Amino acid sequence: MKYLCAETFSPKTTTKLELPILLSEVIAGFPSPADDYIDKKMDLNEQLISNPAATFLVRAYGDSMLDANINQGDILVVDRSQDAHHNSIIIAIFNGELTVKRLIQREGKLFLAPENPDYPILEITEDISFEVWGVVTYIIHKAI
Amino acid sequence: MRIFTLVDCNNFYVSCERLFRPELRCRPVVVLSNNDGCVIARSQEAKAIGVPMAAPAFKYKNFFQQNNVEVFSSNYALYGDLSQRVTSALASITPDLEVYSIDESFLEFPPCMLRELPSIGQEIRDRILKWTGIPVSVGFGPTKTLAKIASRFAKKHPQTKGIFSLCARKDMDRLLGKVPVTGVWGIGRRHGKRLISRGVNTARDFKDLPNLWIKKSMSITGLHTALELRGTPCFELDNSPQPKKTVSSSRSFGRPVSSLPELEESVAAYVARAGEKLRDQNSLAGGVMVYLTTNRHNNLPQYSNSATRMLSVATDYTPELIRTGLQCIRSIYKEGFKYKKTGIVLLDICGKYNRQTNLLELERKNESAKKEKLMDLLDSANTRFGRRTLSYASEGLEQPWKMNRNYKSPAYTTCWDELPEIG
Repeated sequence: MKYLCAETFSPKTTTKLELPILLSEVIAGFPSPADDYIDKKMDLNEQLISNPAATFLVRAYGDSMLDANINQGDILVVDRSQDAHHNSIIIAIFNGELTVKRLIQREGKLFLAPENPDYPILEITEDISFEVWGVVTYIIHKAI
Repeated sequence: MRIFTLVDCNNFYVSCERLFRPELRCRPVVVLSNNDGCVIARSQEAKAIGVPMAAPAFKYKNFFQQNNVEVFSSNYALYGDLSQRVTSALASITPDLEVYSIDESFLEFPPCMLRELPSIGQEIRDRILKWTGIPVSVGFGPTKTLAKIASRFAKKHPQTKGIFSLCARKDMDRLLGKVPVTGVWGIGRRHGKRLISRGVNTARDFKDLPNLWIKKSMSITGLHTALELRGTPCFELDNSPQPKKTVSSSRSFGRPVSSLPELEESVAAYVARAGEKLRDQNSLAGGVMVYLTTNRHNNLPQYSNSATRMLSVATDYTPELIRTGLQCIRSIYKEGFKYKKTGIVLLDICGKYNRQTNLLELERKNESAKKEKLMDLLDSANTRFGRRTLSYASEGLEQPWKMNRNYKSPAYTTCWDELPEIG
């Protein structure tokens, strides 16, 4: 088999990964007497995805957004139902291609700005086809 | 007056393929049926250059190349996911909703909203496009049948901007006079032909026929259709679909198959898949039907047959279903033919929690608990790690008979390894 795929990820919010919230602070090496006070179970989906119908996951490619903490291979949570504003990180359609950049509004002009000095800032002029595809709401980066 | 609404996704499969490939927006795009057989969806541009519906892909290969047509194999993982998103986006507008097909839903709004229809239509179109990227047409009418006709106007005439209402219209007769009788929901090809031969050419002609005549020659459903065209609702939103009475699975092979072992593999694989569906809807099957057939469209010797076996106790235990399926295929297999397709149908479906049990089974309670545990484990492993992570040896490993899907786009929304990459 070529792919190992999670057939059900779209994102699916019926599955729950539940993590307990501990009301006490974590103190290494000492069992806390407050562990009895587990409040409720937490669902990551609840935090990361406010509108499942409009939320898509994409994988970041390249290094043009390094300074915005987006590394190659990171998973971006993209909510299409959110409106883009000045400074939003967005997935844009720029001349027919999907790209991830920061949307900048300055002196009545719009720009798509990379977060890496090696890349040029793109101005959105009238002769360029441009559209907001979705707004990046979370960046999931593997720490190890 | 009641307000029924049909929301219909425009060129749905093509729109799905374009979501992650925006550069295809102005280009001709087609989607092929299972096994890359024929065209089942066309973009506006593909229609404009003359690609007909159901065009056989092999005949059009050169045409596609010369005209720079983008060709896709059908990608139901993607279409199903986007269909669900469209449905949930609609459900955020009104809970009165019936999913009618993968790309159509009926909604109902209260009569007091009659004046607001233009803005409701716009809200529906805007929200679905923004959330899911899928363009839709919206038709309003005092009945489901009229809403369906309205959506047809909305789709066909650009000046409607995708929204059309047949509610409270004084020119209803004139408009229905433009709709061919075969374009009316519920009037099939057979009835259509007969009606046309009697000079009934349009929806208007049809609705003006005498009730008695319609009932006599087309039964009560025909009469309901006529009443609906006259504005009397006969069909309600059906928001509680019955559990399915049968579960089936079948595919054409990628190439002709002659050997029994390969046919057995395909049957086992389809039964395994159907067993998953069965457990997913908490049902049990009381029997298995298996059929096989050669390709009717060539000049080789033809053979097709089917076999059915009932089980003593209804079950959702795949090994038992596979065993029964294999008995069936062995009983109808004949040597010397080139087979095109096998299929299986699980019959006599009943709910898992409201069925008759028998004494034998009670005695073997331990055993059935074990079986249930095993199926749970199998299903959760396959859900978590991908379909066919665990499979039955009888399904085969290589599956050389599998269908062709040479132009399939990635499962962008349902597979971690196939997420769109964006830089």
